[in-house]
Amino acid sequence: MVYLDYSATTPVDRRVLESFDRTALEYIGNPNSLHLEGVKSKKLMDAATHQVAELLHVKDNEVIFTSGASESNNLAIKGVINKYLNRGKTIITTKLEHASILEPLNYLKEKGYTIKYIKIDKDGLVDIDELKKMLDDDTILVSIGEVNSEIGIVQNVGEIGLLLKEYPRIIFHVDGTQAVGKKSINLENIDLYTFSGHKIYGLKGIGCLIKKEHVTLEPLIHGGKSQSIFRAGTPALPLIVSFAKALKLIINDLEFNYRYVSGLNDRLIKGLKNIDGVIVNSNEKCLPHIVNISITGIKPETMLHALEEDEIYVSTKTACSSDDDLSIGVYELTNDEERARSSIRISISHLTRSNEIDFFLEKLKLNVEKLQSIGS
Amino acid sequence: MEKIDMNRVILIKYGELTTKKDNRKVFINALYNNISNKLKGLDYHIEKDLSRMYIEFNEKDLEKILDKINHVFGIHAYTVAYKVNSDIKDIEELILDVLPKIEIETFKVETKRSDKLFPIESTEFSKRIGSLILKNKHNIKVDVHHPKTVFHIEIRKDYTYIYFEEYMGIGGYPVGTQGKGLLMLSGGIDSPVAGYLSMKRGINIDCVYFEAIPHTSIEARNKVIELAKKLLTYGNNINLYVVPFTEIQEAIYKNCDKEYVITIMRRMMYRIMEKLVHKYNAHVIINGESIGQVASQTLTSMEVINSVTNLPVIRPVACLDKLEIISIAEKIDTYNISILPYEDCCTVFVPRHPVINPKLDKCIIEEEKFDYNMMIDNIINNIMTIKILDKQDDYDGLL
Repeated sequence: MVYLDYSATTPVDRRVLESFDRTALEYIGNPNSLHLEGVKSKKLMDAATHQVAELLHVKDNEVIFTSGASESNNLAIKGVINKYLNRGKTIITTKLEHASILEPLNYLKEKGYTIKYIKIDKDGLVDIDELKKMLDDDTILVSIGEVNSEIGIVQNVGEIGLLLKEYPRIIFHVDGTQAVGKKSINLENIDLYTFSGHKIYGLKGIGCLIKKEHVTLEPLIHGGKSQSIFRAGTPALPLIVSFAKALKLIINDLEFNYRYVSGLNDRLIKGLKNIDGVIVNSNEKCLPHIVNISITGIKPETMLHALEEDEIYVSTKTACSSDDDLSIGVYELTNDEERARSSIRISISHLTRSNEIDFFLEKLKLNVEKLQSIGS
Repeated sequence: MEKIDMNRVILIKYGELTTKKDNRKVFINALYNNISNKLKGLDYHIEKDLSRMYIEFNEKDLEKILDKINHVFGIHAYTVAYKVNSDIKDIEELILDVLPKIEIETFKVETKRSDKLFPIESTEFSKRIGSLILKNKHNIKVDVHHPKTVFHIEIRKDYTYIYFEEYMGIGGYPVGTQGKGLLMLSGGIDSPVAGYLSMKRGINIDCVYFEAIPHTSIEARNKVIELAKKLLTYGNNINLYVVPFTEIQEAIYKNCDKEYVITIMRRMMYRIMEKLVHKYNAHVIINGESIGQVASQTLTSMEVINSVTNLPVIRPVACLDKLEIISIAEKIDTYNISILPYEDCCTVFVPRHPVINPKLDKCIIEEEKFDYNMMIDNIINNIMTIKILDKQDDYDGLL
């Protein structure tokens, strides 16, 4: 099998799974219980929270564990607008965002909020001057993804954060789901930051929202005492511990993995450029882990299933996007409907081997030739 | 009756380092520091004199302490001894106290009296204790030639130490007493063993790992880190220098005669090693080459490869059979890590028929085909250092 869909989800690291297993078996107490077993679990949960905080250079009480990135994004957006009801009704974002941003915003639009989308430049980057012009007294929240999941465009969230620092009433949320573990991140001028466990070789079912101390939120889930007052429910200790482990492992190896994946990316891009009919949508400024291509005249789903025959797994758009077959991200970037309708995402990882890239390129070339000849 | 002090202590005997007359103090201090370093975090107290070290310990930590001691070079032997005041009555009371706790068939008593002020001479004292034992335990016999139990009694100035069994330490010289060497650590079986053996001779090692991203993966590097951690259990601290080798390796593969790529790669590695030895104030290169094992380890290959440097190259496993190397690797717990199947930079570009008897002239011609000096300088400026730590977190790896 050649798995080239690491941005959809990653296989769990064996060491992470071991943490999960051992915690589940050895720490049976509810961290909220007052007896010794409860206290023992609470101590471990605090240590895991501390580890996450330390790795991201934030405070322990700024870490909120959730069920995943979608919950984190919902909590960030709805939590802010429900808390700061009188601050304004305008939210600014981009069209490159994940469905778990765009859909809550569509929902809020129906409730009377104004959603504005910032233009992106030819490289896919947010135009900061444009953003500055859009900010007004009614703006309550700016939400921008650090790395776009379809094309790998990396936004300069540091610079945007610096701009927004001058507007203390506006809250800045960043969806870092595709960034954490792949590139170095800096949360200095970011108020809310989302990421997830299953994208960093952790388990499905756990995510995190970093919420800076000076910001407050209305919880989505109300209930008893938990790991954070902003999210009720019995803390999922084995998931939390394994999540902290996954984050530590991936951040430890970050620099190596980045160089390694960059090397693979070079090989991949070179190979793709040698195949007639393939256009690479991702540019040099994109994250090396994600390569988006369009194949003129071939439906992405057809190609996906053709590659599947050779046990090669890629993705059309993102795994989470709706069934409309146009890639909004690719369209935003290229303004080319044909390209937006024929895009495929290849996402690679430190687990990818160079011979897998070669095998993929070989099979892609064969399939492009075959399918295009059928088409014509 | 006053209660006998039943304190037990670990007694450490120096062995080989006693032969080093002038350096004796230096060696003892190094050993003292190495042991103290290893026992950090445990409940103990250590004292040293010119012939022994004494470790008082909390019973709950005894097993852990002994495990650590089994990883310290420079210890010839050790024992867990009862400690009493050097007073005849106290010694006799202790013997009586211990007797019910041990099983004896045949025995003898061996007394060493380094405190000549002690009123009874050694042989005399052995007899006295022997008869005390015979009187107080039934069905036992003295056997001076093949006793099953030996009562060792060491009478020193203030205290006397009584013990039954002596355990062998791992010997060698205390790590650090011979200065520093740089070990070429790959992911294989041989190089960790070479590291272990050189540490045994008192060399403080740092490790060098040649990495060819993206031909070698993170697993390969993590494997080397795991190996270095195993070596660290025998040493004090280890730096792992990661050499970015991709550019030069690709250049060799692109420019040079395929038969010679391994020979030239090894020559480049030696050139880099020489610079690193100077950069990090080491004295020698250490590696896991074993004569005849692969094409680059034939004598003619070694000659051609070694000719790029004047530094001593220590090859501790040069004359060991593979099975001998494996048995050491198993003992030091590196074998199971070494056999994990990740490519390292020596296995990535292996030609089908590497040259077995390379010629120096030919190497020089092949090497003129690209500017390796510039690449090497570039590599030296981009070395990454990983500090190897043996610290476990409080949750034993859970986090």
